[in-house]
Amino acid sequence: MMDWGMAMAIFFGAIFTNNILLTNYLGMCSFLSVSREIKTSLGLGTAVTFVMAATSLLNYLVYYFILDPLGLTYLRFIVFIIVIAAFVQLVEMIIERVSEPLYAALGIFLPLITVNCAILGVSLFMVIREYTLLSSFFYGLGSGLGWWLAIMAMAGIRQKLAKAKVPRGLEGAGITLIITGMMALAFMGFTGMININ
Amino acid sequence: MFPLSAFLISIGAVSAISGFLALLMVIADATIANYGEVKLTINDDHEYTVRGGKPLLGTLMEQEVFIPSACGGRGSCGLCKVVVEEGAGQYLPTELPWISEEEREKSVRLSCQLKVKQDMRIRIPEELFNVKEYDTTVKRIRDLTHDIKEVTLTLNEPNTIDMVAGQFVQFQVPEYELTDEPVYRAYSMSSPPSSTGEIELEIRLVPNGICTTYVHKYLKEGDQVTINGPYGDFFLRDTDREVVCIAGGSGMAPIKSILLDMLDKGINRRVRYFFGARTKKDLFLIDEMRELEKKLPDFQFIPALSEPEPEDEWDGEVGLITDVLDRHMESGDNVEGYLCGSPGMIDACVNVLTKNGVPDELIYFDKFG
Repeated sequence: MMDWGMAMAIFFGAIFTNNILLTNYLGMCSFLSVSREIKTSLGLGTAVTFVMAATSLLNYLVYYFILDPLGLTYLRFIVFIIVIAAFVQLVEMIIERVSEPLYAALGIFLPLITVNCAILGVSLFMVIREYTLLSSFFYGLGSGLGWWLAIMAMAGIRQKLAKAKVPRGLEGAGITLIITGMMALAFMGFTGMININ
Repeated sequence: MFPLSAFLISIGAVSAISGFLALLMVIADATIANYGEVKLTINDDHEYTVRGGKPLLGTLMEQEVFIPSACGGRGSCGLCKVVVEEGAGQYLPTELPWISEEEREKSVRLSCQLKVKQDMRIRIPEELFNVKEYDTTVKRIRDLTHDIKEVTLTLNEPNTIDMVAGQFVQFQVPEYELTDEPVYRAYSMSSPPSSTGEIELEIRLVPNGICTTYVHKYLKEGDQVTINGPYGDFFLRDTDREVVCIAGGSGMAPIKSILLDMLDKGINRRVRYFFGARTKKDLFLIDEMRELEKKLPDFQFIPALSEPEPEDEWDGEVGLITDVLDRHMESGDNVEGYLCGSPGMIDACVNVLTKNGVPDELIYFDKFG
């Protein structure tokens, strides 16, 4: 029971108090470039959530059953990236084969995810913080949903922003970064409610 | 000290993990991504059996059907459009920026993005079946004017081309100073269809033009050049109407090809050819044209200079090509127009022709992009 309670705390903590994008500023590149429209943000956000949850599980197994026993924990950077890349490639193939609408909606975002540092970040945080298997999975899922939440919120704001007069020098990435900063400040209000470190 | 065994274990572990994942990918590629053999039907009457799973553009290229594409299949030029009647599925987000609402209704797809996964029926312009890629050698480079070069290419593989006078080919520029990837540029052939083993291009130097700079500064006789073609629907229509050709600069090329073809085929229609230039040093192939005037039964070459220099000692037509054309046009009732040159020149000349009664649909042109 303890374990489930901990896992839930981590799950909600990863979404709100320790949002990977807004507190760690990870996964910024795709966040900045794809958050222009709600529809594409939804696609990318969903794909990120799925891959984060699945790779946190996979990397947990690889880390504790292969790297740790062999004393190779320092190789985790390379190994995690390889596992993530292979997994994403595999998922892309399967989606392409199985569901065409899903491929049209998510397919092109998947290769983009391989290089999303938030995904690697999740795998690294979970071994640094020594989470259990259950906690790691919920940490991955929660971080994914947190990232989803952040990009959807940003897409909503940017769609409104399209009609606003932005000073010329701040158009595009400039104003987006400022807004991200404000969102991060807002999310900081949650900090301390749950401690997941 | 770092023990050797740890060193070996780490190499072994990373290799094993990568190897296992690679094996997994190979298996997935052979099972999940294996779409087997599918049937590709083009224009109802050409059938190909191809391996599925790859983009349509590349699949067609393997069957030696070439769709014009400038970027080489990266989805960044939007040229390789084909109509897919059956077996396409949904539009991909990577296609949509290039497809207009109208094209969506006709089910036009970007062939480099669309993968062949099931039996497919597509429709392409019939003449594309004739398009091939040619390995050629530069036989001769000759200066026509201070900024136009005539490049003669000998076709090696395949060694003959089946073209219609007035069509163009795409010239592949390899990577060099101005471009870090091969690019294609279109040039009209100035040689007639009867010259099946050799083609001529007329290439004018455009400041900082990727292809023109390459041809003018780097290309030498004996160099290998890859081209593909022929493309285009700028050719002489089969009617009895009088032909009015108008060209400027390297717009000479397709017109010359058409004229030589008329000579080859014994076509005796009345032809007048207006050629606009600024000064005498921008004029070229005058002797060839005068020669043609003697050989063709009813051909008149009318060069016009807009700003002749005193030392040109020019006694021919003077003025903008539009004014000269207007002076010579009697009735446009029985006239067909063939124009090749810059967009500005063409638009202005089309106006003069229509004002003189030439029907819009009988004016054909090849605009330089």
